[in-house]
Amino acid sequence: MEISIRQLGMRYGDVSALRDLDLDIASGELVALLGPSGSGKTTLLRAIAGLEPVDSGQILFGGADATRLSVQERRVGFVFQHYALFKHMSVLDNVTFGLRMRARATRPPRDEIRRRGLELLELVQLGGLEDRYPNQLSGGQRQRVALARALAIEPSLLLLDEPFGALDAKVRKELRAWLRQLHDDTGYTTIFVTHDESEALELADRVVRMNQGKIEAQGAPA
Amino acid sequence: MTRRSRSALAEPAPVRWLLTAVTLAFLALFLLLPLVLIFAQAFAHGLDAFAHALEDDDTWASIKLTLLTAAIAVPLNTVFGVAAAWAIAKFEFRGKSLLTTLIDLPFSVSPVIAGMLFVLLFGRNGWLGPWLAEHDIKIIFALPGIVLATVFVTFPFVARELIPLMQAQGTEEEQAALTLGASGWRMFWHVTMPNIRWGLLYGVLLCNARAMGEFGAVSVVAGHIRGLTNTMPLQIELLYNDPGEYSAAFAVASLLALLGFVTLALKNFLEWRHGDELAALRGRG
Repeated sequence: MEISIRQLGMRYGDVSALRDLDLDIASGELVALLGPSGSGKTTLLRAIAGLEPVDSGQILFGGADATRLSVQERRVGFVFQHYALFKHMSVLDNVTFGLRMRARATRPPRDEIRRRGLELLELVQLGGLEDRYPNQLSGGQRQRVALARALAIEPSLLLLDEPFGALDAKVRKELRAWLRQLHDDTGYTTIFVTHDESEALELADRVVRMNQGKIEAQGAPA
Repeated sequence: MTRRSRSALAEPAPVRWLLTAVTLAFLALFLLLPLVLIFAQAFAHGLDAFAHALEDDDTWASIKLTLLTAAIAVPLNTVFGVAAAWAIAKFEFRGKSLLTTLIDLPFSVSPVIAGMLFVLLFGRNGWLGPWLAEHDIKIIFALPGIVLATVFVTFPFVARELIPLMQAQGTEEEQAALTLGASGWRMFWHVTMPNIRWGLLYGVLLCNARAMGEFGAVSVVAGHIRGLTNTMPLQIELLYNDPGEYSAAFAVASLLALLGFVTLALKNFLEWRHGDELAALRGRG
């Protein structure tokens, strides 16, 4: 789904977090938001997801105004920096959470939910770990559970906040290549936030550089 | 064999033994001994005397009143406590530190003063007294007053237990639940509640123990009407002051102590049953 951001503005008290920001993202594109901390990149990501209220401007999902839609209505797959997995649920229950929370009318039957959960775990290469708990997994595995959980709701787009920030250098490299492959296979419109330039250049179709709540420059990696 | 190097915090063995011995001696003297004495006194005149003491109608009424009071006050404070902890831990708002201070108020004010406060409000000569009398509503010297006083005194237990826990857990899991389509209500039941349930249980058990045991505040508002407004602690005092009922006082006291033990035993049992889950919750998600 294509995303358009028009004149988006947001303030925390006296501080402007986003200043009249415009951005268009094509359907199926993989975009990196790159910038130092405090540049507004995470704020923009959270605003797109509906987790942060905006003060002015518009967010369009596929041409339709989504600015006033609730978090739930936007159906955005969000991967948090520290994954925010549900500690008290097994890996499978984490992944199927979104399906289980649906209203009865649109909720798939129980076996179907389980089947789709296991399928997604295969997709993120965690087959066989469905009964583990998050604290029994490595950082890279948790990251992939979080991703599978976000994909389970068949999201309108995928947002990742510093997806590799909490991982060591080796795992980070592997996951990068793997995520790029996953994106090409599934075709979800994806936006991820990073402060690591090489990561943005290696992974993204387009890099958007942010500073002080504005877009400084953008373009495809050379 | 080489000597293992001691970590910086490890004390020499004699110091450790001394500290342990002092702690145990203190616990035995100030906690265990009085409890043992209560039970010894209760059964001093045999089982029959004990059973006889509990056959008394007024005593039975006091037991029922105590259980009824706890059955109303504890659920109320569970709901208030969760709501207050939620507001403080998960939102930023003006007056938050004032609210935190207010929650501690019942701990810092003497229960007797709490009781007097309700008499001043609802008593015959109190602010709302004439209005209540006109509408034939009895609060002081009746069940509503006892429940109010108990709710006031036991308010902080659940909230105090939950606030640090919820603050430490933050809101990321809740946000994740929302992005996955959960409504606020389902998010609360499926994500927040499982994460806080052990703290909540502990707070509820403490709240219950105190609700059954509260003396001061209830004493002021209850009016000591035998068989009607005497809770167990009040009944114990009454029996204790009657030379002929000395052993009955200890019989009721032992029963009240036993109710406290049951709560603690319940908590330990649940911790033992759900040990795996507890370990999973302590780890990072």
